Amino acid sequence: MTKLGQWLCGLALLGSAWAALALAPPGLRLPAPYRQALLPLPVYLLVAFGCYSLATVGYRLATFNDCEEAAAELQEHIRAARADLSRRGLRF
Amino acid sequence: MAAGGADKFSVLLPTYNERENLPLVVWLLARAFRESGNNFEIIIIDDGSPDGTQEIAEQLEKIYGSDKIVMREIISVLFSSGTAYIHGMKYASGNFIVIMDADLSHHVSLYFIYVLKQKEGNFDIVSGTRYKGNGGVYGWDLKRKLISRGANFITQVLLRPGASDLTGSFRLYRKEVLQKLMEKCVSKGYVFQMEMIVRARQLGYTIGEVPISFVDRVYGESKLGGNEIVSFLKGLLTLFATT
Repeated sequence: MTKLGQWLCGLALLGSAWAALALAPPGLRLPAPYRQALLPLPVYLLVAFGCYSLATVGYRLATFNDCEEAAAELQEHIRAARADLSRRGLRF
Repeated sequence: MAAGGADKFSVLLPTYNERENLPLVVWLLARAFRESGNNFEIIIIDDGSPDGTQEIAEQLEKIYGSDKIVMREIISVLFSSGTAYIHGMKYASGNFIVIMDADLSHHVSLYFIYVLKQKEGNFDIVSGTRYKGNGGVYGWDLKRKLISRGANFITQVLLRPGASDLTGSFRLYRKEVLQKLMEKCVSKGYVFQMEMIVRARQLGYTIGEVPISFVDRVYGESKLGGNEIVSFLKGLLTLFATT
């Protein structure tokens, strides 16, 4: 199954469970307080996911390594390479 | 470092206008391989560069020997990494293939950590990651980093690929694995790199990761505009819907 397929299945499952419990067709009635709590659940989950996403990306952005030594090493390597290659007869 | 035994590494270098960087990359690779005792060859696949890249590749072939440097030219309007790899692999005689960029953004001397990682877990693929361990970047401003992390986050959520860096292009593959993946992958550009990892997971190949540093020396000319972002999202959604 494709990832899209997995998402659609998951959403269909959760969606029908939520609809059954929160929208409450007669014959499957939960007590009113439960239904009222379940009704806005999808929106809450979306907002929660949004917050999680922001926090995660923000954290990863803040901890993104800057490779100073790698850049400096590279400069050295370039110098050594050019010197050696000129010695060996490379015409740049 | 122990000698490489029977393993031979073929490095595929697609080039376009890399006359300045190519000799440096080749020199660094040659030195890294010699120091670690591994047998190697470098296959340069040039897309008809007008700046004399081929001429300098031929000079390198004379200096290092044509068993070590193989220069092949293709002139194709549809040149992309995928095309270059397909062409390059025809000439590869190693049992491991290393793919990397020829513009010195990848720390060449790190190749041996790929080899070590591969041996450690007998992985089919070893992928370099900028996002874990002490991997990272140099020369990126905040905006670039944000886009990178944001794009990677969306990719992780949608594709759950099991690898932390999908758009990286510094990787080590077993030759048969790369051949199999090339048959299956259809995307272009860096989405192609993403597709390789996703398909590899589907086919049950094992993927190891090593932290690498990406040194962006051409950032000033980097073309990360709205177009790039749109095409990235299109590619991502295509992979989401088809894999």
